[in-house]
Amino acid sequence: MKFLQSIGAKTITKVAAIGRATLMLFGALVAVPRLKNVPLIIHQLYVVGVQSLLIIMVSGLFIGMVMALQGYTILVDYGAEGSLGPMVALSLLRELGPVVTALLFAGRAGSALTAEIGLMKATEQLSSLEMMAVDPLRRIVAPRFWAGMLAMPMLAIIFSAIGILGGHLVGVDWLGVDSGSYWSIMQSTVDWNQDVLNGVIKSVVFALVVTWIAIFKGYDSVPTSEGISKATTETVVYSSLAVLGLDFVLTALMFGIE
Amino acid sequence: MEHLVEIDNLTFSRGERVIYDGITLNVPRGKITAVMGPSGIGKTTLLRLIGGQLIPDEGDILFDKESIVSMSRKALYKARRRMSMLFQSGALFTDMTVFDNVAFPLKEHTDLSDDIIATIVALKLQAVGLRGAADLMPSELSGGMARRAALARAIALDPDLIMYDEPFAGQDPISMGVLVKLIRELNDALDLTSIVVTHDVKEVLTIADYIYILADKRVIGKGTAQQIKDSDSELVQQFLNGKADGPVPFHYPAPELKKSFLGEGK
Repeated sequence: MKFLQSIGAKTITKVAAIGRATLMLFGALVAVPRLKNVPLIIHQLYVVGVQSLLIIMVSGLFIGMVMALQGYTILVDYGAEGSLGPMVALSLLRELGPVVTALLFAGRAGSALTAEIGLMKATEQLSSLEMMAVDPLRRIVAPRFWAGMLAMPMLAIIFSAIGILGGHLVGVDWLGVDSGSYWSIMQSTVDWNQDVLNGVIKSVVFALVVTWIAIFKGYDSVPTSEGISKATTETVVYSSLAVLGLDFVLTALMFGIE
Repeated sequence: MEHLVEIDNLTFSRGERVIYDGITLNVPRGKITAVMGPSGIGKTTLLRLIGGQLIPDEGDILFDKESIVSMSRKALYKARRRMSMLFQSGALFTDMTVFDNVAFPLKEHTDLSDDIIATIVALKLQAVGLRGAADLMPSELSGGMARRAALARAIALDPDLIMYDEPFAGQDPISMGVLVKLIRELNDALDLTSIVVTHDVKEVLTIADYIYILADKRVIGKGTAQQIKDSDSELVQQFLNGKADGPVPFHYPAPELKKSFLGEGK
């Protein structure tokens, strides 16, 4: 009985949390956008987007390089090293670009968002905004949400582009695959709607999930040092799991059914 | 006497724990009203209830004759522009300078030009003696200075009501004196109504026009400083004189020590 009871209690807590998260997002997004808030969004874009650029670019480069190296050793046995270009490009655009960007984003920007909002709560800054008749959902949550939504797809595109260049560096410049076939077979294989656009859609969905989790975990955190540390960890764990799970669902929907 | 805030038969509980059980409390306009009581009885909660951040289970809270409890969200935000709160930590925005902190409510709620805002901010900072600290970041301020900067921000929009949450907690004697003086002077000069929530008996008795003492979920004493001092309630006297044991027990409720050592307590 105790066991059943604890399952029930946990379910109720989780469902209540989902409800609170939805209310928070709703409260942040129904607001009429004000011109005053544009600089806030731009500032947040800098924080979550521009400051994540370096880690995204370095990771993209190395992943592209590793893929070219691995792909080459397999493809060369069949004399198919000309297909290295599409292999690298398709893996990056369809899967690795959106997914790895989302995972890195959760660790780099998501955890920072959670900690920042959690600390604002702990130091009563959110309460004091409310008492100043400024809605923290609109002032703090909304700009961060939109910045995340805008930044992540852009980061994913940059990640894939750098990865493809990294693949070129290893495959063409070091291992001697023909440069013409690297690019031309890639061009004829990669489809704009099927591959590029689907990758961007994935990345928009991941952006929604990761940013939402990060902001909600901060906003809903227990305002103590222990609570914030727990919230930050949960942000990274939940967003990573959500991204990987959703990736399977999205892949099945986009590429699974012919 | 006219009251700016009227709390009528308020009941509030957090989960199972009852914090207030039918308290009635009035805040006269233009005066300093102190709310005292031992720590942990939810004095801050009372301020949050007045500010509409928490909803009571029963009873009503009137701010200038209008019910905070049943107000629409829009009306509540409008009412909040007329009240402000000084948080215990100051709650300054850590990513802005002192100047920007004080200018923040003005920029949010008015369309004044930058020049006028700069003038108003300078005046408010002058009032709390921090005009020279306008360009410092909150992390560079001492605790007392941070609270004064927060006070400047709290009076930036010239509110009708200002609520102080433990303004004296953790202050050295000089900052304490400065804050006592500021609360009194600002109240009289700006025609404010002030609510001071605190457990620092000595300071409060010198500035408060009217005092409420809360304990055990209800109001246990009220009156002017003199009336409170003369109170014959044991509880009030224990609180004023800081006696370790009395109606508020020294021991947190527990089974008898001997019994619990002998394993009979459970």
